[in-house]
Amino acid sequence: MDNASTLNKGQQVRRAANPLQAEGKPPMSNEHPYPEKTVGAPFVDDPKMRMRDVDVFYGDKQAIHGVSLDIGKNEVVALIGPSGCGKSTFLRSLNRMNDTIDICRVSGSLHLEEQDLYDPKMDVVELRARVGMVFQKPNPFPKSIYDNVAYGPRLHGLANKKYDLDEIVETSLRKAGLWEEVKDRLHQPGTGLSGGQQQRLCIARTIAVSPEVVLMDEPCSALDPIATAKIEELIAELSESYTIAIVTHSMQQAARVSQRTAYFHLGHLVEMNDTDTVFTKPQHSLTEAYITGRFG
Amino acid sequence: MSKTTEQVRQSLAKRYRAEKRFRAFGIASIAFGLLALLLLFTDIIGKGHTAFFEHYIQMEVTFDADTLGIDDATNQDQLNFANYDGVIRNALRERFPQVQSRGQKRELYSLISTGAGYPLRDMLASHPALLGQTRTLWLLADDDVDQYFKADRQGREDSRLTPEQKAWLTSLDDNGQVKKEFNASFFTSGDSREPELAGIWGAVCGSFFTMLVTLLLSFPIGVAAAIYLEEFAPRNRFTDFIEVNINNLAAVPSIIFGLLGLAIFIGLFGMPRSVPLVGGIVLTLMTLPTIIISSRAAIKAVPPSIREAAMGLGASPMQVVLHHVMPLAMPGMLTGAIIGMAQALGETAPLLMIGMVAFIVDVPAGPVDPATVLPVQIYLWADSPEQSFVALTSAAIMVLLAFLIAMNTLAVFLRKRLERRW
Ligand SMILES: Nc1ncnc2c1ncn2[C@@H]1O[C@H](COP(=O)(O)OP(=O)(O)O)[C@@H](O)[C@H]1O
Ligand SMILES: [Mg+2]
Repeated sequence: MDNASTLNKGQQVRRAANPLQAEGKPPMSNEHPYPEKTVGAPFVDDPKMRMRDVDVFYGDKQAIHGVSLDIGKNEVVALIGPSGCGKSTFLRSLNRMNDTIDICRVSGSLHLEEQDLYDPKMDVVELRARVGMVFQKPNPFPKSIYDNVAYGPRLHGLANKKYDLDEIVETSLRKAGLWEEVKDRLHQPGTGLSGGQQQRLCIARTIAVSPEVVLMDEPCSALDPIATAKIEELIAELSESYTIAIVTHSMQQAARVSQRTAYFHLGHLVEMNDTDTVFTKPQHSLTEAYITGRFG
Repeated sequence: MSKTTEQVRQSLAKRYRAEKRFRAFGIASIAFGLLALLLLFTDIIGKGHTAFFEHYIQMEVTFDADTLGIDDATNQDQLNFANYDGVIRNALRERFPQVQSRGQKRELYSLISTGAGYPLRDMLASHPALLGQTRTLWLLADDDVDQYFKADRQGREDSRLTPEQKAWLTSLDDNGQVKKEFNASFFTSGDSREPELAGIWGAVCGSFFTMLVTLLLSFPIGVAAAIYLEEFAPRNRFTDFIEVNINNLAAVPSIIFGLLGLAIFIGLFGMPRSVPLVGGIVLTLMTLPTIIISSRAAIKAVPPSIREAAMGLGASPMQVVLHHVMPLAMPGMLTGAIIGMAQALGETAPLLMIGMVAFIVDVPAGPVDPATVLPVQIYLWADSPEQSFVALTSAAIMVLLAFLIAMNTLAVFLRKRLERRW
């Protein structure tokens, strides 16, 4: 805990803004005090991404309150929590997708290895090439399957020859487990695929630019169980070469795919720990209440 | 049967009746629209179709050097000032030798169009050897004669022609010396005081150049403005103000734009009057709001998820617009442009203000030649006293409609090409 003291100070100031009380609801019960700081082990040694005291505001409304956590190299981190608790907001601040929302403001320190994400000198294009994103709803471009995957490499000039581009497209589709299904119809529209295939196409599109981190915002929420299983399998495979942060609504999914899990509650990071620990021995009563299905 | 089922059944019957009523109402509205269109077309075609034909009279024309007043048929100056009317008069007098008095002669001469001499000049220019020779030629009849032959029995009795003229024409007709031909000059020449010589081509070219200028200015400016407002502009009081004013501009009477064009482009910048360039600029001002509003709607309809996907891959806002938003919004933008252009094509009032209502005989060759446009030509002809201009007016309306249909067809074709249905 390198900067625990600053963390504490920050948390003290925010103490008054206990969201449960702020919303006029009584606390869950006496054993459910809102944590002053995240319980568990939000930090790791030599992390891929390091976030400290992250606040995110939409206009005057604060959506993320002083979240600090690390994402380790080649690990899958699951972000869980009731809907509206700020999981997407936090995830989107990791590759500055929030920049596209006028009223959104991010403060705190966010680093990808040694680089400050919000450094004015940081190039957003480069950042997004290094930190890719897969969205909740499959959103292939209304172009051919090939062009969907080739878009990123073309944008960043990763392949100068048609041959190289073909190779990137094939390997990306193979990694996304889609190659066998689409190799004969590469030049047909990507939007003609099924929902699960579309989402795998979006994953292929994201990994075609060889990002270091892949952010996934509920990638399976629009898919049927079989497609979901395929994507989960894929996440396990991808974690060998990529660092992954995945927001999920499903606790089973978090348990299946992730090594560590972070539980968000109304914009606060309540608890973060090894996935097993979070699901078997939650240390905070709010986490316990959530994973036992008492609210969500 | 349970009570609920009974209730549902009753409400269903009511709903079906309502649906039926609604459908009948829709069909009736469409039928009414079609009927109005049909009436319009029947009226216009009924009146205008005769303008596509005109009558010619056969004469033995002698290219007499003395009458023409020239001695060298290769000399351009001489050709230009030769007295072609003279040889035509000679031919008429030879055909009707009994005509003696000056008044009768004038009546005889007026059977042939005053423009009938132009083809003679061209003939002589290309065959100088014709000088001194006699040829059997078809000469364009005067518009009153044309009207007379096109009219029915009652119309012939009401004709402005004198009994002698009618007798001469009957004699010519009986001899097979009158023929009806496709009026090609209507599609190739400019305006004229003589209905039989007046053509629509000048106005078509004027409209074409005006539309070209309008399209080249309003489409890029309108699309750029829409993209800026939708994709880049911050939301603040200033952009709200701009937005309100764009909507206001769309409702400004078009004649105001004409006054503006007169005051600014002609008065202040000293641009020439009556030219398609200024007309195009004025119509651009008028068309811009339409294009901006519909382009913005088209841009808004592009799903935000596509923008996010591109942005998430590292595309810059400009690239997102160029690679994704523009192609997807293009059909909608084109539709807006075509609606705007169609309005502009039919616009008369602002063009009157900048002098495009002048009587212009020459076919314009470019956007800075004086010109008139189709709707103004229609207005001018509709205002002319000669009976023949009635048919010409309707014919010009048909040409305008054809122009419009061609433009819309092109737009539909482009839309089909650009639209991605996947
Ligand atoms: N674009 C936005 N503008 C304003 N408020 C937003 C916006 N996006 C999200 N929020 C608010 O931020 C909070 C967190 O939202 P989000 O991150 O989407 O939650 P989650 O993904 O955990 O369901 C919510 O209260 C939501 O209303
Ligand atoms: Mg979300």
